[in-house]
Amino acid sequence: MTELTKSTSVAGDATAPAQAANAEAEPAVARVTQWGEIRHRFLANKLAVVGLGLVLLLFLTAAFAPLIAPQDPLAQDLNNTLQEPGNGHLLGTDALGRDQFSRIIYGTRIAVEIGLASIFLACLIGIVIGALAGYFGRATDSVLMRIADVFFAFPLLIGAIVIIIAMGRGVMPVIISLAVFSWPTVSRLLRSSILSVREADYVLAARALGADTRRIILRHIIPNSIAAVMAYAAFSVGGAIVAEASLSFLGVGVSPEVPEWGNMLAAAKDFMGVKDFLWTYPSIAIVLTVLGFVFVGDGLRDALDPKLR
Amino acid sequence: MTASSTTADVPRQRGGDSEAPVLEVRDLHVEFATREGVVKAVNGVNYSVSSGETLAVLGESGSGKSVTAQAIMGILDSPPGRVAKGEILFRGQDILKLPENERRKLRGPKMAMIFQDALSALNPVFSVGNQLGEMFRVHQGMSKKDAKVKAIELMDRVKIPAAKSRVDDYPHQFSGGMRQRIMIAMALALEPDLIIADEPTTALDVTVQAQVMDLLADLQREYNMGLILITHDLGVVADVADKIAVMYAGRIVEQAPVHELYKRPAHPYTRGLLDSIPRLDQKGQELYAIKGLPPNLLKAPSGCAFNPRCPKAQDICRTEMPPLLQVTEQDGTELAGRASACHFREEQLHG
Amino acid sequence: MGRYVIRRLGQMVVVLFGATVILFCCLFVLPGDPVGSLGGDKARDPAVVEALRERYGLNDPLPVQYGNFVKNLAQGDLGEDYTQRRPVTEVLAPKLTNTAELALAAIVLDILIGLLAGLIAALFRYSFWDVLITLLTTMAVGFPSFVIGMVLQKVFVVQFKWFPLISDGTMNSLILPAFTLAILDAALVARLMRGTMLEVLRADYVKTAVAKGLPRRTVLVKHVMRNSIIPVVTYLGISFGSLLGGALITEAIFNWDGIGLALVQAVQQQNNPIIIGVVSFGVAVFVLLNLLVDLLYAVLDPRIRLA
Repeated sequence: MTELTKSTSVAGDATAPAQAANAEAEPAVARVTQWGEIRHRFLANKLAVVGLGLVLLLFLTAAFAPLIAPQDPLAQDLNNTLQEPGNGHLLGTDALGRDQFSRIIYGTRIAVEIGLASIFLACLIGIVIGALAGYFGRATDSVLMRIADVFFAFPLLIGAIVIIIAMGRGVMPVIISLAVFSWPTVSRLLRSSILSVREADYVLAARALGADTRRIILRHIIPNSIAAVMAYAAFSVGGAIVAEASLSFLGVGVSPEVPEWGNMLAAAKDFMGVKDFLWTYPSIAIVLTVLGFVFVGDGLRDALDPKLR
Repeated sequence: MTASSTTADVPRQRGGDSEAPVLEVRDLHVEFATREGVVKAVNGVNYSVSSGETLAVLGESGSGKSVTAQAIMGILDSPPGRVAKGEILFRGQDILKLPENERRKLRGPKMAMIFQDALSALNPVFSVGNQLGEMFRVHQGMSKKDAKVKAIELMDRVKIPAAKSRVDDYPHQFSGGMRQRIMIAMALALEPDLIIADEPTTALDVTVQAQVMDLLADLQREYNMGLILITHDLGVVADVADKIAVMYAGRIVEQAPVHELYKRPAHPYTRGLLDSIPRLDQKGQELYAIKGLPPNLLKAPSGCAFNPRCPKAQDICRTEMPPLLQVTEQDGTELAGRASACHFREEQLHG
Repeated sequence: MGRYVIRRLGQMVVVLFGATVILFCCLFVLPGDPVGSLGGDKARDPAVVEALRERYGLNDPLPVQYGNFVKNLAQGDLGEDYTQRRPVTEVLAPKLTNTAELALAAIVLDILIGLLAGLIAALFRYSFWDVLITLLTTMAVGFPSFVIGMVLQKVFVVQFKWFPLISDGTMNSLILPAFTLAILDAALVARLMRGTMLEVLRADYVKTAVAKGLPRRTVLVKHVMRNSIIPVVTYLGISFGSLLGGALITEAIFNWDGIGLALVQAVQQQNNPIIIGVVSFGVAVFVLLNLLVDLLYAVLDPRIRLA
């Protein structure tokens, strides 16, 4: 055989029939933007839509908590402690006579605040460090990734407790402690995605055309890597809320009087089997919240990369 | 669908014996259930191969050539794929009717397949010796030690240097050409009657392609096997094939002995393929390309599937599906083994 | 392979060193005075505080303190616990056994349930079982371990009385905590297993294996399983971190006398030596386990081993 072999291939072999059909029969479909397609796939996923609904409900509840909650979540009524649901208190009262329903409603605020802030912070640190490591490679990469390894070596809750010991209990320490031990995942994600994109043909092409480094990072690499980070972030907000509630449940999170789900559960633990309404309703609130973020994260991931399904 | 009714059994040109063909495919239909609807990937394919004979199946991707091969081997992804209709006769017996376990026992000792990309077709976590020896261990109950000796023999057979020291190496440690030789060795291990090679050289460097193809042809001659060579590469075909079946949109559109097809194609699609080969004597002229794109199998055009791209399409081509029919000389004598699915096959053939 | 091991060992030393820096900063530099509240009212007495500071070496300059800290850690000398005045290793040893028992049981459950569920879901894709398993594993991710623990306690301890409320050290009292700890990871293992297996089932080499005429069982057990298990093994290493975190919660719910419970109590009592002991142990085990997993990965995948 000769050098001609390659070029004697049947014309048009590289084009798959399905693609061809789109381009030919429905040119409108081919013009749909990438984001439009992602949105379409996301909305076609029932669980994802349910998740989105739950998350929106959570945000609205947090925003309008004072309007929804019938009572002050901190107001104690020592004449009416441990009341069963009903009787003026929709979900009963706790050991200090505080209205459970109001506390659960206000609990959304802490959950949203800590969940969003900690993951936002983690993504911010993670993206910067991951982008630097992935783009510059070599020594920069080694040093930054070893630093990431150090933080990654702390199991999340244990690491968070160490930070809280240093900073004391409270909302801010919890946010910081969760972010500090969550960013390595983001930076690893971004770095590996950059490494795979960096050698991709279109980036090599951009480089060959003389595009400068910063332009390549901003125009080509970041948009392609950000998708993975977004799916991770949505999923992780749920994880951060669980971690935050866990810390409070263990008595090392936000201050005990704050209306927060982990706090409520910790207090309810002593009434297990006696006053079960104390822990069931906050549990339901947490589960619905976390599931909301998990569904959205799963939906995003599948929409961004449909072949993973 | 009975569009192609002629079973074109081409007289064998070299090798071969007088008994019935090793493999005969009759009116095969394969469908895939997808979210968008049923994709009819193969629509009534007929072909046959005898011992020592090489049938080249030519076509673009999506023409159904690989799907036909997978249906023969019984390795269709099912679901979603399924054989909707037809027979696959191996030595006269319809293997589609065999229970799965019987059918499995044919794979390896009786028929074997060579895949396009040896790197992904070999299991990355087992040594090549292990994967070669597996054929003997599973089908002949051979011991591990004996199987390894056999594996080394096979590697020698396909001319892998230092076979003995490389038998414990893993697929990723070999070059592309060597890996494809291992694929060939694996297919040949139990000296099957039929080998299906699905684009065996496409993934290789041009310089290595010829070596691998020659090796395959030599071994085929030596073992007197039937060979189905699936390719989209006309260059590969001319040297090794006895006869050619050209597929388009799940159908055979032309069948012919290899040299006749090159000389006088009887279908505009074949003509187009031949014209798109660059030729030194036409240097400087614009290279011919078949215009348009392969059809969407979900909604094939009415009439002849090639009509939207055909330079000679008439009204009848848009309404009536042309069956695969015998082609004759101008004086009416039949041309042995030639058939075409074109309303204007005679005009095409005689120019 | 040898160079790979050496490189990974080197990385491990760097990571452990970095971890001691973080630990030291958080426990000794930032909080100001670690013996502040020690000894109740007596600690207000400057002389007592001074004595305590001297006793725990807190008057030395920071670099010296850090040097001693690392030296002691490396020698396994964790010092004396502030409340009981007993060596930390002695206090923690029995608790460690308890936690190890719990973690081991959870990991076994993890692997058993996770692999089996993932396997079934992948092999019978889109079947009733697949849909059920996918649904359950998706839901499980939303259930924090304290919710699972409390539900299990309510149903099996309070309602059915199958298990004792307070652990009595028998096999029987291990079951609920182990499940509580295992469920989340088992769900994640199942999802991972299902995903990789579906991918492997589509791989060309599986097609080859079928085309070779191998019996279905050989194709699945040899060619599919061996390749599918690799990502799961890697995951199990990482999941150990969440397992330790989960152990904190589980031990708190079931009053399981392990190092997790000890850590939480130590935080409330500002009992630094115990905190240091538990945290550095957790980090060391986590890092070591990940090294082990990496090595196992190399053993399982020749492309890594021979690269």
